[in-house]
Amino acid sequence: MSTVPSKAKAVVIGAGIVGNSIAYHLARLGWRDLVQIDKGPLPNPGGSTGHASNFIFPVDHSKEMTAITMDSVRQYTELGTFTQCGGIEVARTPERMQELQRRISSGKSWGIEGSRIVTPAEVKALVPYIDESVILGGFYTPGVGVVDSLRAGTLMREKAVEMGALQTFANIEVLGMDVEDGRIRRVRTDHGDIEAEYVVIATGCWSPRLAKMAGASIPLTPAVHQMKDIGPVPFFADSRGDIEWPIIRDMDTNMYERQHGTGLEVGSYAHRPILYTPEDIPSNATAALSPTEFPFTQDDFDLQDEHSLELMPSIIGDENVREKYAINGILSLTPDGMPILGETPEVKGLWTASAVWVKEGPGTGKAVAEWMVLGQSEIDLHSSDIARFHEHQKTTYHVKARTAEGFNKTYGIVHPSEQYESNRNIRLSPFYDQEEALGAEFFETAGWERPFWYNSNAHLLEKFGDRVMPRTSEWEARWWSPIINAEHLQMRETAGVVDLSAFAIFDVTGPAALSVVQKVAVRQMDVAVGRVVYTPVLAENGGFKSDLTIMRLGKNHFRVVTGGAHGMADKKWFSDQLPSDGSAQIFDQTSSFTTIGVWGPLARQILASITSDDLSHEAFKFSTCRVIEIGPLRILASRISYVGELGWELYIPIEQGAKLWDLIWQAGKAHSMIPVGIGVYGTTGRLEKSYRAYGAELETEYNVVEAGMQTPKLKEQDFIGKAAHLRHREGASITTLCSLTVDDHTSSTGEKRYMLGREPILNLDGSPIIDSHGRRSYVTSAGSAPSIGKHVLMTYLPTDQAVMGAKFLVEYLGEQYPVTVAGVGATPLFDPSNERILS
Amino acid sequence: MDVLVCLKRVVLAGSTFVLTPDSRDIDTKHLGFGISPHEENAVEAGVQLVEQMGGSLTLLTLGPTDAEEQLRSQLAIGATRGILLETEGEDWDPQATAAALVEAIKAEETNFDLLIFGAESADSAGYQIHIRVAHALGRPIVTNVKSMKIENGIAHCERVVGTTREIYEVPLPAVITVRDGLNIPRYPSVPGRIQARKKPIDHKKPTPRVPKLEKVSLSVAPSNTAGAQVLGNGPEAVPALVEVLKTIGILA
Amino acid sequence: MILVLIDHDLGELDPLSLRVITAARKLTSDVQAVAIGEVGANLAGVVGEYGAPILHVAKHAALTDYTPAASGRALAQLVETLEPEAVLAAGSPRGNEQLAHLATILDLPMAAECSVISLSKTAGAPHSVTRARWAANLLEEAFVHSDLLIATVLAFSVEAEAVPGAGPAKVEMFEVNLEPSDLLVRVLSRGGESSKGGVTLTDAKVIVSGGRGVGGPDGFAQLEELAGLLGGAVGCSRVVTSAGWRPHAEQVGQTGTKVAPDLYIAAGISGAMQHIAGCKNSKTIVVINTDPEAPIMAYADYAKIGDLHKVIPALTSAIREMKG
Repeated sequence: MSTVPSKAKAVVIGAGIVGNSIAYHLARLGWRDLVQIDKGPLPNPGGSTGHASNFIFPVDHSKEMTAITMDSVRQYTELGTFTQCGGIEVARTPERMQELQRRISSGKSWGIEGSRIVTPAEVKALVPYIDESVILGGFYTPGVGVVDSLRAGTLMREKAVEMGALQTFANIEVLGMDVEDGRIRRVRTDHGDIEAEYVVIATGCWSPRLAKMAGASIPLTPAVHQMKDIGPVPFFADSRGDIEWPIIRDMDTNMYERQHGTGLEVGSYAHRPILYTPEDIPSNATAALSPTEFPFTQDDFDLQDEHSLELMPSIIGDENVREKYAINGILSLTPDGMPILGETPEVKGLWTASAVWVKEGPGTGKAVAEWMVLGQSEIDLHSSDIARFHEHQKTTYHVKARTAEGFNKTYGIVHPSEQYESNRNIRLSPFYDQEEALGAEFFETAGWERPFWYNSNAHLLEKFGDRVMPRTSEWEARWWSPIINAEHLQMRETAGVVDLSAFAIFDVTGPAALSVVQKVAVRQMDVAVGRVVYTPVLAENGGFKSDLTIMRLGKNHFRVVTGGAHGMADKKWFSDQLPSDGSAQIFDQTSSFTTIGVWGPLARQILASITSDDLSHEAFKFSTCRVIEIGPLRILASRISYVGELGWELYIPIEQGAKLWDLIWQAGKAHSMIPVGIGVYGTTGRLEKSYRAYGAELETEYNVVEAGMQTPKLKEQDFIGKAAHLRHREGASITTLCSLTVDDHTSSTGEKRYMLGREPILNLDGSPIIDSHGRRSYVTSAGSAPSIGKHVLMTYLPTDQAVMGAKFLVEYLGEQYPVTVAGVGATPLFDPSNERILS
Repeated sequence: MDVLVCLKRVVLAGSTFVLTPDSRDIDTKHLGFGISPHEENAVEAGVQLVEQMGGSLTLLTLGPTDAEEQLRSQLAIGATRGILLETEGEDWDPQATAAALVEAIKAEETNFDLLIFGAESADSAGYQIHIRVAHALGRPIVTNVKSMKIENGIAHCERVVGTTREIYEVPLPAVITVRDGLNIPRYPSVPGRIQARKKPIDHKKPTPRVPKLEKVSLSVAPSNTAGAQVLGNGPEAVPALVEVLKTIGILA
Repeated sequence: MILVLIDHDLGELDPLSLRVITAARKLTSDVQAVAIGEVGANLAGVVGEYGAPILHVAKHAALTDYTPAASGRALAQLVETLEPEAVLAAGSPRGNEQLAHLATILDLPMAAECSVISLSKTAGAPHSVTRARWAANLLEEAFVHSDLLIATVLAFSVEAEAVPGAGPAKVEMFEVNLEPSDLLVRVLSRGGESSKGGVTLTDAKVIVSGGRGVGGPDGFAQLEELAGLLGGAVGCSRVVTSAGWRPHAEQVGQTGTKVAPDLYIAAGISGAMQHIAGCKNSKTIVVINTDPEAPIMAYADYAKIGDLHKVIPALTSAIREMKG
């Protein structure tokens, strides 16, 4: 029996494609004394890599996933383990044809060349064994291919061994992990203990079990993907090698068919969600096939047999083509469909890369290794960050409910605003009942139910008429209402009250509090007590890590307010900067305070009617906060705005929130105040003010200067990303964030169409716009700007093209529409001098 | 020609068994089910006979409701119909099983020309049900058949004993148990699967009996070798392996 | 008294029967033997030496070769006369078959493949047995509710022990009444070696077997080459046939062929139970595997840890060199 080294720089647990890739990239980036262990044998330890269907369709609506996938293809190709064969996503319905057009657009936005819509006859020409009469067309991507993930993993492992960086041990079972002072110290195995600075859990469906050993949480669930291999197929009799024919994804039936040698693999995501818990996964010894190849359950595949028969009758319908192999393959799925990457918030030094598909394996390994070694990855991974999960999202209930709901959408047509139906009403504001009574349409963020618009405002539609920019196309009208635009216009006339309960709020306190916030924030934090500072937060490379607001409440007391969706990751980022001597602490106050926003020209009058505090412009300056009294309540009022209006955010202990709402509501009646939903707060209000949003405009791939957010003066104090930021300030900005307006919405059918975001921006000749760093121009945010009567698109443009009045095209669902640059940099399209806010 | 094949739903095991806490059964939580070895050959033989000579192939099994899965998968191979004698899931002893099968066969309108069994069940290997059924039906039985031909109402059978082959000839109707190697069982096709869903399965409730061979408990057999002598790693250790081959007389 | 069925093929003793005598002697000193059909004096001699002083021989003009139903009938008639406590036979295809006929004729239970037998001590109480299931991977404790125990003894579970000083068994012939139906199934003739070309799995002295680790159909060429050099056959695991890499006829295992060659080389086979059931009776098992803890190691005599794609070509060329 082999014994493991007693010490290591990092222990990588898992020898599937992800673990192998991380081990290799850590070695490539210079780390040594790496130890990799797996419970199973090599080269196939029995995890999901071993039974993967191994094909890669690069186009995804997610920029992050596409980037990781493209990088993976590059790596597989360099390793000689990629075979290009092309692939076609076929459509059986008109809705799917539109979706395929949308995928073309995503492909263009993310830089995938050569994809095109093909007719049924063209599909037939590419894949002669298809019955083209059941399809309406297809989305052909020549770059689709098949990889040998086991071999790629072996090669990467071998390279790391050759570098003298890695030792790999098979058949090692992890028995436990020791955590001391919040940091991983040791992996205990059945072959001895390994002390390590870093531990990476890359064990797919087993990851939650391992994380649990250290007290961390990896919220994924093992789930079944069914696959059937039939053959030999006479048509493939002369096939040599792994694959020669394009892979078909039958999107409307959630299935795929790929030639594999002389056989045909038929896979499905259409069956009922079959979820297990990690404890259910057997060992190599007790499994009938492999631990992640469960016995095939034909009942669940009955319908899929008929669907595949419809599409490929000449093969599937051949009585002599027989099932050679069929499995319920286990893969790891997450509640939001994204991987789980990064350092666990619970344990320093404990990292993971889990719920990663073969198509993303090498790219993920590289990105996570960069993150570990360099502090950030080249590709922005914020959607995959393990720190994104809120507590309730780590529950088995949530993981199972959302994964089950998402499973059958694997090939689904998922609207960008699509809401989950399961596990709702987890976090409710104290005035939820009042909102419901006003006909609120609730959308969920981080478990919070947020009113997106209020049906009680429907009467405003008549008042504003066409200014609400009504949408006739079902796709754009889905998860949207013209009431949003009506609320917007009414707020600009009178005032609106906005539920901001979903804010993540945490306090940084203690003697070192100032130095912590200084280190994180780009802007000067050594300000007077009572100041409110909106600041970018940067990664080491000067790219965006976040943007948020910090209030100085005392000498040693700062309150950080940030968006709910990204709040947990922001909290971890701050926590990571705390000094080890305990001289600063972080307290999560999210559940201590609720927040109500009141904005609009009449906001001051409304609040003044219920407070004796002086709210005048001179007495209560913009960007300041202080405690005021409203009736029986003491409230922290902060004068800022994300909607471009005069007004305040009001922070109140959560149990008094309903009372505050009622008081404001009563006071607002006399001033025609309306309830305003997040549709205004998150989109229309900010877009016409050119306010940026993290995750849309702001990513680590873009910097402060490019986003037009640099201040004239830079603070002297150091902060994370400062060196890079200085370089960005000094150099010429190669790209500039701009606001574009759509000149003509009319499609070829005469219908007005409205872009929803992520569409490619093209030169007038239809060619892509690419800056000198290879970044393409695409719509980072899209939405109505009712005050100016335009549909606004934000996009980065190469600086030499970022000129007021410059004309471009936006491609939307296969058609191109003219757009004009209406704002360069941060200059708002509406109220450019900010008179409203500063009134 | 009307053929009846008897099947048994058995677990598809890994390399180690895990037992239930009461040690009375195998823990099947992670395991799938199939039919006993040799029975795949029995079904294949039945399908081939019906393909050649016409007639019908009926599948008969005694087991839990879930055994329908096994019947369907074999109906997909080409059998005509199935009969499921439903138990509550517990093992029936060989006498009770045989009695239930006999009762079901006698209740059939069809007078089967041939009953085919697998030579042994994977799980209990009692080596007797087929013989009990044959006696009860007054039919001859040939066991462990590895080659079979039906001509003019006579079954010509071969079984292998050591290095010789024994030849039997029995008149139909008869009972035959077959071994792997008789044929190469086909896997189902997708059209076969689709057709199988529409094929009839009769569900019956046989009368249980008090077992005369009564299972008390199960245990996992200890591995009885000392384990392997490791000859070394990689190709460098080839000389040592060659030495072993010499020692055991494979190489001169 | 325990009656032991001595199985023979045209007078040639099945040595497993001697083990059964020993097994019976562990339960009682009063062991008698029975053989169906003509047997020579040699056989009576050996049976006696191993502890059965009396050998009953069934006599009937038609009992010239193996006739399993008639064996059952003959045993039933002898049991009626002798009233033994138990009838035992070897857990071989023939032993199981003949006792199954006996048990059926008497409408009594039968326990096959017992490794432990413990006779009932009090009238009416069941006998206890431990019997092999799942190709002897599982053991079942069971009660047999019957005055007369009919059981077969798991092959190789007991070593045959001669009784020092014991002489040849006394042969006692007994007449058997047979119905024509008892004689319907009988060996009519014998064939020689299997007629198929090449070395078959069951006959091969050497089997080179490949599993999932071979990686694909192409990988089997090197196994074929090695098998050819050693005059053996190629086998494979179920995963391999399931994947369509090799024909089903080459599958070794419970669901394939059970083999017992002199040398079994398992390359890239982890050792699922059903595979081990098919190869564990091989005289020598050599494992080539990258995984030193593959389950098959527990059954192997020798193991080489390494990639079969490197080891097998090296072994092949080493053997070629030797052979010149």
